[in-house]
Amino acid sequence: MSSKKTDRREFLKQGAALASGVAVGAAANTASAQLAGPETFIQGSDDMVAYGSRSRFVESKRIPHGGRHSPDTFGLDFHIATPLQEQHGVITPSSLFYMGTTRGSYLPDIDPAKHRLMIHGLVDNPLIFTMEELKRLPSVSRMHFVECAGNRANSRMTTVQETHGMTSNAEWTGVLLSTLLKEAGVKDGAEWIVAEGVESVKGASSIPMTKAMDDTLLAYAMNGEPVRPQQGFPLRMLVPGFEGIFNVKWLRRIKVVDRYYMTYNDYGHLTQDPVTAALGYQIGPKSVIVHPSGGMQLPGTGYYQVSGLAWSGGGKVARVEVTTDGGENWFDAEIRGEPQPMAHTLFAFDWDWDGSECELQSRCIDELGQIQPSRQEIGEFYETPPGERIRVRGQDNSIQPWRIHSDGSIHNAII
Amino acid sequence: MQSFKFLLPIVVLTSLTVTAQSPTQYGVGRTPTAEEITQWDISISPTGEELPEGSGTADIGAQLFLEKGCAGCHGTNGTDGIAPRLVKRDVGVLENPWGYGRILPIRSPFATTVWDYINRGMPLGLEGTLLADEVYSLTAYLLYLNDVITDDQLVLNQDTLPDVKMPNEENWAQVPDWFPEEPRLRGYPY
Repeated sequence: MSSKKTDRREFLKQGAALASGVAVGAAANTASAQLAGPETFIQGSDDMVAYGSRSRFVESKRIPHGGRHSPDTFGLDFHIATPLQEQHGVITPSSLFYMGTTRGSYLPDIDPAKHRLMIHGLVDNPLIFTMEELKRLPSVSRMHFVECAGNRANSRMTTVQETHGMTSNAEWTGVLLSTLLKEAGVKDGAEWIVAEGVESVKGASSIPMTKAMDDTLLAYAMNGEPVRPQQGFPLRMLVPGFEGIFNVKWLRRIKVVDRYYMTYNDYGHLTQDPVTAALGYQIGPKSVIVHPSGGMQLPGTGYYQVSGLAWSGGGKVARVEVTTDGGENWFDAEIRGEPQPMAHTLFAFDWDWDGSECELQSRCIDELGQIQPSRQEIGEFYETPPGERIRVRGQDNSIQPWRIHSDGSIHNAII
Repeated sequence: MQSFKFLLPIVVLTSLTVTAQSPTQYGVGRTPTAEEITQWDISISPTGEELPEGSGTADIGAQLFLEKGCAGCHGTNGTDGIAPRLVKRDVGVLENPWGYGRILPIRSPFATTVWDYINRGMPLGLEGTLLADEVYSLTAYLLYLNDVITDDQLVLNQDTLPDVKMPNEENWAQVPDWFPEEPRLRGYPY
């Protein structure tokens, strides 16, 4: 006991000496030229205490996508793209998450206490759940991207927000749909489900039972807080790796059925070409270099970390390769963090720019061995005659080329 | 012993209830009534099995198109409004519905898709207010404008609507069966 006391006394003495030393130093700085701090302060408020907001100097913002302004003439939100070029890491901030709606939709203002989910159709036990009841069930938290079928790049686009901004990634928390379907007891002959939202147009999508029972998730939270209204508050479906429209928002009803229902959402996928039908379903391996990218300016020669995002609807990203000479030589990029299935994955590549004109590209290889193609490779696969415009069928997962001019300016190099 | 006698009937009742509904693992959620399911369920199968009773014609639909405000957004003729066009472009080749443009669900192999979308999604701001008769008539009118049906007195109802022959009845690609951990298209390396 006594020795402990001594130790404590010694410690206090030393502490006092250290403290006085700091005080002397501080006095000396004050007397001469202490670095000036900011001249203004963010006004404290109850709102800022309750729920923080970003600095007024941070101005990254979403933009309307696909030539249709949101809100449109009717006040409907349609397609809005996330500023990938401003993003660091793999999480898309909830406020900047891309948005798409079935027809354009007014955002439903749903009281979660009144919201219900019904599961019915070809089941032994039709069920209705409140949000509280759903939260009582075993939950999972998983990283998944959502990507719109409209995430297609073309030669007229200049920035990565325009070419690739219709994909975003979040951590989603909720109940696996398989948990609920087992509770309801799926009957023989049930091959599909139809999932439906509560918004004005009541968007509904047909999803194969194999996917519904595999990893489809009913999410009530994203990035640690309730799913945002633009993302389907209080409940949305996550169909990992499938095109965006399958991820039904404001989810209120799941009907277990025996066939493809050809809803209006499904109709958007309708095609006469079986290849296009297959490729517009599960998203292929895909990646894009985000830093640096179109519209940016390299300040000079020397070191740059080339970095970007890779993802695949087929599973985890296995490898990402980068070229700085337009595809002649490919090098392995470094994967940052542990790749998750159907989730944006960060990659980086050390690069010294010598000031000459060059072209940066990346390509993703997923755990199934699917390789992200260049437009030329797609053209060759389908034997597109030379000179004819190459058509990327289904979801566009083609390689994005960025051309660096000798003045350091960066341009979309899609032909 | 006294309290045990009291408990016994309750136990029996509970087990009866559970047997009747077949048990769920977690016992969370409740069973909806048949009325609730009917009220919530607006899905329409290509077979038309959920279609409600009712009927309509293109002739009546033409009138409703004006009365219900459709014309206000889509234009008097369904071609010149601020909302999407509802009539196919005059491509002259009825045999190629893929040239019609992406209007209505005109390229759907099933007339039920047209009925379903009007029923669930129109008119803007008043969705869900159309009566079944009105949806049958508006569907008939739009199919008539697009030459899918040629008689404006043809009665569409729960029996006849699923039998309407759409231009794309045969000419469309089924989505392939989906299985976990498989490439999106066999034989396609990308």
